[in-house]
Amino acid sequence: MQDLVFAPTEVSAKVGDSIKWVNKDVFAHTATARDGDFDVNLPPKKTVTSVLSKAGTIEYYCRYHPNMNAALKIAP
Amino acid sequence: MFVRLSAAIAALSILGSAALAQGAKPTDPQIAHIAYTAGVIDIAAAKQAIGKAGNKDVKSFAQDMVRDHEAVNKQALDLVKKLKVTPEDNDTSKTLSKQAADKLAELAKLKGADYDKAYVANEVAYHKAVNGALETLLIPSDTNPELKSLLQTGLKIFQGHQNDVGTAVHAGAGARGDCRTGAGGDDPDRDAGLGVRADGGFGQGRRQH
Repeated sequence: MQDLVFAPTEVSAKVGDSIKWVNKDVFAHTATARDGDFDVNLPPKKTVTSVLSKAGTIEYYCRYHPNMNAALKIAP
Repeated sequence: MFVRLSAAIAALSILGSAALAQGAKPTDPQIAHIAYTAGVIDIAAAKQAIGKAGNKDVKSFAQDMVRDHEAVNKQALDLVKKLKVTPEDNDTSKTLSKQAADKLAELAKLKGADYDKAYVANEVAYHKAVNGALETLLIPSDTNPELKSLLQTGLKIFQGHQNDVGTAVHAGAGARGDCRTGAGGDDPDRDAGLGVRADGGFGQGRRQH
């Protein structure tokens, strides 16, 4: 993410895939699933990796900047 | 509400008129000082709110303000150092600081829901005023591309806060999500909708507490 947006806003993946979250901003962000499936803290200028555990289309947002929205399409 | 609205208008006109009164656009060192001061003011207000606010969503909003504005100001300090620009104090910065100190003292006397309501109302007014000044005066006046770019980042974060402050008092993340629909950073209707969301949001929040 950069300049307070998630890019790309929609990504396709599979269960078991690792997602590399790259925060290029000076601001702290989070990638937080609306259904509570994941909540990844993303410190400024850091990269964090997480593994997808559940299938489905999961909308997520940043808890600190709720205008930031995106979705993951996770195949089984 | 009339009092708070007029405070917002006063803040906005101070930002505009103080600079105009000098008969020229603010210089880069002055712009850097004004932008930094604007951040410091919001951080001070937020730190007071973290200590005083009763509503957890208001408190959490205040924590967001400290985190984001400290990040912008740190970046601003690094940049002026790199550019060898020395921020220059000026009438606009002085007026802003004086007004903010008065507001902080006024808010300090309030308690509980009255404090929460006054803090949120002031945040709405303040972010609106600063956004206006950034858009119409500070960004167009700035001549350094790197400083301009940082001001644009600042504007983006302030706009996000302006949207978010309206929903800051909703109880629970679900309600916040619903409220934000269509309130994106580039939404042209943002300003028109803000007042309604801010007041409506707060009303709802209070009823649930």
